[in-house]
Amino acid sequence: MDYATFLQILDSTLRLATPLLLACLAGLYSERSGIFDIGLEGKMLVAAMATGAAAYLSGNVWVGTLVGIGASLIFAGIHGVASITFRGNQLISGVALNFVASGITVLIAQALFGQGGRTPPLDGPARFSELTLPGAEAARAIPIIGAFYAEVLSGHTILVYVGLLCVPLTWWVLYRTRYGLRLRAVGENPASVDTAGISVVRLRYSAVAITGILCGLAGAYMAAGLQAGFGREMTAGRGYIALAALIFAKWRPWYALWATLLFGFFQALALRPDVITRTFGFDIPSPALDALPYILTVVVLAGFIGKATPPRAGGEPYVKER
Amino acid sequence: MTKLPRWADVVLVPLISLLLAAVISALVILALGESPWEAMKTMADGALGSPYAWGYTLYYATSFIFTGLAVTVAFHAAMFNIGGEGQAQMGGLGVALVLLALPVWPHWTVALLAAALGAAVFGAAWAAIPAWLQAKRGSHIVITTIMFNYIGAAVIVYLLVSVLRPVGQMDPATARFPPGTHLPTLNEMPILNLIFVKKVPANVSLFVAIAACFGVWVLLWHTRLGYEIRAFGKSDRAARYAGISATKVIMVSMLISGALAGLMSINNVMGESGRLLQNSSEGAGFIGIAVALMGRNHPLGVFLAALLFGFLYQGGAELGLWTTIPIELRTVVQGLVILFTGALDQMVRMMLGFFFFRAPERTATARAA
Repeated sequence: MDYATFLQILDSTLRLATPLLLACLAGLYSERSGIFDIGLEGKMLVAAMATGAAAYLSGNVWVGTLVGIGASLIFAGIHGVASITFRGNQLISGVALNFVASGITVLIAQALFGQGGRTPPLDGPARFSELTLPGAEAARAIPIIGAFYAEVLSGHTILVYVGLLCVPLTWWVLYRTRYGLRLRAVGENPASVDTAGISVVRLRYSAVAITGILCGLAGAYMAAGLQAGFGREMTAGRGYIALAALIFAKWRPWYALWATLLFGFFQALALRPDVITRTFGFDIPSPALDALPYILTVVVLAGFIGKATPPRAGGEPYVKER
Repeated sequence: MTKLPRWADVVLVPLISLLLAAVISALVILALGESPWEAMKTMADGALGSPYAWGYTLYYATSFIFTGLAVTVAFHAAMFNIGGEGQAQMGGLGVALVLLALPVWPHWTVALLAAALGAAVFGAAWAAIPAWLQAKRGSHIVITTIMFNYIGAAVIVYLLVSVLRPVGQMDPATARFPPGTHLPTLNEMPILNLIFVKKVPANVSLFVAIAACFGVWVLLWHTRLGYEIRAFGKSDRAARYAGISATKVIMVSMLISGALAGLMSINNVMGESGRLLQNSSEGAGFIGIAVALMGRNHPLGVFLAALLFGFLYQGGAELGLWTTIPIELRTVVQGLVILFTGALDQMVRMMLGFFFFRAPERTATARAA
């Protein structure tokens, strides 16, 4: 593989890793607060549909993004009501919402546009445009690093950079703010947080809301950044890959970045079978690359490479009085 | 909150959940600009209106009985097996490998026995790794079974595209199964052919599914193993203290669960398509979750809930054919049923409790007056 091809693959790695990263960080907030969320997939999907529809109708990608976030927040709210207020089974709630999302997105898109459950293609201001980072053209002159800067880092849509910035931000919120301390505590031992006079319910709802916003961004990126418009089942299991990445990352923000970049790299490689054959000298079937994130996650879950310990109170509803 | 009477918990909670799901679906249909009443009539006509329609409803129900039972057995051991989809597809691979092994089969009964064994073994094998990881390494079974769904799908795609596809065939699928493997459909069976005149997909697997319901009932409530599974599900610590092996219960219940999910392939892969296609289970593994929740984890309930979802599936397909309501409506209803019966069940109970516990108050005030 020559350097130019390598840069091309890294470039699409970053593109493909962004929805995974946003969804993975989304899951991180919820699960750190003790609410398991299998419903990342569903929230991304409704956000993608809502973004596609609203961006087309308004002709403005930012209106689309806001509506997408709103749709994702509604689903997050239902998940919150089921798992916080009514102390239901969080796993079942997530699964259920994924099914509802899978069906309702097609129903709405079909009712609005009648194009077989798609939204019409987006272009111009209804889509995120690619940004050129300052000095990208000038940097091409510098060997190796310059090309990397111009080809890989520059020329993405704004949500790619938002996703990358969310990593240090999440780290800072989680480990350097009072809110983060409480959030981590409520996922480990909600009774102690309650004893300190802090509302467990409010904290968990806030975490679920952040999850909704980030999943909304992930969905908006899918519909208006990565692709131009919504298509049925367009998230194609990315919510589950993000969940896998979250476990792979052991519920930590920086690890989440590396995990999603790794899984994005697999996706980028799967798109270029010619490169694989040239580099390794033999074919790796693309289903094998598709399955790799899942296999790696099972290996990590099995504890063969380090131990992934989930937040202790995860999945258990908090009952204040018995 | 005081507990509801048992009959209310068993009968009313699923019914109210269903009603809530139906009301929301009716609103969705209204929003789509169609009449919910007409939609209901189309569904009832297309799924229950004739023996031909029943033939399809029962065909879907057969698959859902198997996957519903699979989720039920795991639930009784306090495990949530989301891997029914992958296990069912692997079961399909088992059916295909067994049936393609012989050039001609002597009789369909022999073929059915062999294929069922293949389906069960492959389904169980696909559940075995998550089960072992749960038992020995404490890896959460929900996450591992989800991962195994995707890994299973990738394995099947690879095998169909690169290994099992006959030379010269374009679509990724195995060769057609050899003669002697065709399962009698309801219209080909004596007596039943008086009712089912036209060709229907429902086949002899339906009776295997009903037998499986009975088998699961005997297993769970009338054997020592079933007792161990239920005791472990209620309280794993108490079960351990009583000398029940956690590893054994987790492994055995998941193997049975996987085998049941795999068994659905005798209905769709062997009975209907006659060869293994991609995504053969078509979501039936996931519907098993809704069926088990709706059926309150009892084989009789699973049977009834499977019929209901068979109706929903066939009826939903009819809606897609005759109205502008997309077929995806059934996915929404499926999700809503899972949501209300599995996650918002407390809310439904609270609503019911409101009616139940207002009544004694009223009689008390009446007596005081």
